[in-house]
Amino acid sequence: MINFIIRRLLHTIPLFFMISIVVFAIISLPPGDYLTVRVAELERQGNQNAEQQLQGLRRRYGLDQPIYVQYWLWISNFVQGDFGESFDYNRPVAELIGDYIFLTVVLSVATLLFSWLVAIPIGVYSATHQYSLGDQFFSLLSFIGLGTPGFLLALILMVISVYVFGSPIGGLFSADMESQPWSLAKVLDLLQHLWLPIILIGISGTAELVRIMRGNLLDILGQQYVQSARGRGLAEHKVIWKHAVRMAINPLISLIGLQFPSIISGSIIISIVLGLPTTGPFLLRALRAQDMYFAGSFLMLLSLMLIVGNFLADLALAWVDPRISYE
Amino acid sequence: MLEQAKSEAIGQNLVGADEPSPVPDIGEDLTLEEWARLSQWQLIWLRFKRSRPAVIGGTLVILFYLGALFADFAAPYQLDTRFTQSLYAPPNPPRFIDAAGEFHLRPFIYEQKQTINRETLEISFELDTSVRYPIYLFARGDPYKLWSLFPADRHLFGVEAEVPFFLLGSDRQGRDLLSRCLFGARISLTVGLLGVFIGILLGSVLGVISGYYGGLVDDMMQRFSELLLSIPHIPLWMALAAILPVTWSPIRVYFGITIILSLLSWGSLARQVRGKTLALREEAYTLAARAAGASDWWIISRHLLPNNLSHIIVIATLSIPYMILGETALSFLGLGIRPPMTSWGVLLEEAQNVKTIIFYPWLIIPAVLVILIVLGFNFLGDGLRDAADPYSK
Repeated sequence: MINFIIRRLLHTIPLFFMISIVVFAIISLPPGDYLTVRVAELERQGNQNAEQQLQGLRRRYGLDQPIYVQYWLWISNFVQGDFGESFDYNRPVAELIGDYIFLTVVLSVATLLFSWLVAIPIGVYSATHQYSLGDQFFSLLSFIGLGTPGFLLALILMVISVYVFGSPIGGLFSADMESQPWSLAKVLDLLQHLWLPIILIGISGTAELVRIMRGNLLDILGQQYVQSARGRGLAEHKVIWKHAVRMAINPLISLIGLQFPSIISGSIIISIVLGLPTTGPFLLRALRAQDMYFAGSFLMLLSLMLIVGNFLADLALAWVDPRISYE
Repeated sequence: MLEQAKSEAIGQNLVGADEPSPVPDIGEDLTLEEWARLSQWQLIWLRFKRSRPAVIGGTLVILFYLGALFADFAAPYQLDTRFTQSLYAPPNPPRFIDAAGEFHLRPFIYEQKQTINRETLEISFELDTSVRYPIYLFARGDPYKLWSLFPADRHLFGVEAEVPFFLLGSDRQGRDLLSRCLFGARISLTVGLLGVFIGILLGSVLGVISGYYGGLVDDMMQRFSELLLSIPHIPLWMALAAILPVTWSPIRVYFGITIILSLLSWGSLARQVRGKTLALREEAYTLAARAAGASDWWIISRHLLPNNLSHIIVIATLSIPYMILGETALSFLGLGIRPPMTSWGVLLEEAQNVKTIIFYPWLIIPAVLVILIVLGFNFLGDGLRDAADPYSK
């Protein structure tokens, strides 16, 4: 098991570096050296020290040096927690990004938990009561859920909520709680507002899980050992939950790794539509303003989130199915 | 034994429930001989027809594409015909029963007159029930050139009068939403096609090569596609789209977006094709071909690729909605297709803020269209997958 962990870690590190190259390429693509633009802008605003301030930056990022040097400086700064300077906000990125990334992580993990907690019971019910009214209803719901992208649903929901509730929905905190330091009250407030984004982001993942769970369980319920367990007089709910569902869940665990990217992507768009203080709106703003260090840091951290998520999913898979750890 | 042979010849299976039917269940009454003569594609078609959601999905998709193709004809107005007296007009549905309670066979509309409240300066629309404007099929309307080639002036339906007919309402500049949706469909529905085509080309060729040769080539490909899967797609698209220079013309932006969307899609296709190739590579006919001296390229192109084909088509069909959503998302955020080119995402961008949605909710209709086409493609793709490879369930 330890071997497996070490192997996965060794696998992850080159991946991280390759991603950093891609992200750095994206950061460097927009033409022009913003520092010259910045100097001109600051001097126009009357800041005479602009040139000196930016000399520091120039040295830090080696903007007058060949590109591989620039890359090396950037990445070595990055892993030490220096994410660069935001040209839009004029502050170090690390100061700004913390809260947003944290909330994004919270949102993504909560969505993952939600989709599993909802999908498994529904899937089991659908399989055990196949073709019943409930099954057909859930099947229809999951078909629609699969096809409907979250952000469009968010738009439609906003329209509906205006007509039903009289005011648009949105935001992760109530207006007064937003700027307060973290406290129990704030956490509760967060939970209250969290359910809507979670549903919107998680709906397609949940729908997929339900369908797969139902299919797997149906296969398993037709197997011999289930029949023998019943034949021996085991209570039905034990047959289903203790034996069948445990087998059916195995393949699903490998799905976690695949679900995570779409949850993160979904959270980005939905947070833009709903105006949540997570990664989405700020990434968009950074991209629009060509604030490339800010945007690039977002990309790196999101990818890092994904890599960590995949790694944990692999661990979970190996724990459930020890055969994996021998690969 | 004799019974069995006789019943098989008649095409009925009277003997033995444990004996698998010689004519697999494809919902048709065929004899064994007729079934054996069908080509693979005919079999797939017959199996496909059985699934009602798939057929509905397919019909929906075809309808949408026809609408986009014939947008000049189907839409009552051009892409940017403006009615400056009717900004933000609500949808004006056709009626059968007029204000006096009389029923008319031909549907008609009433004119929506813009009225400005003197005190609050609020603009509202009132129906002028004095004049009925009947709706005609193949009505004469604004002249246009179908596909910029064939001049014509008949539209699918219309009101042959100067009164604007907004079936789905109008937008900020008084342009008919239905017409804009139909023209926007051209962009929305084709960005995906080109992108998927490129994706399939790359994905299937690279997947087969990687699966067939194995070893180092396979390893590198795996690493590379894992890389693509490790960066969340939407942020990456956003970043790449934001980099497209502002000075590019809308057409170049269109192709740029297409390429960006396809860049990330070929990874998963390549993986699946590779998986299937790994299995097929050990089949008897591959070994036989190699023993007969066939070159690697021959085996790949003549045996492995065609056997993957049905799988590839299914994946392509399921990737198109992904692309459509990607383009819609990007344009919705302002990073995608640039005006004056219009797509459903661009239409939604104009409806983005809350105030607009509160007062003019019909501007959300392009979202419903996107949902419908995505559902249609999903049903179609599911049906194709079940039809092409029924053992994959």
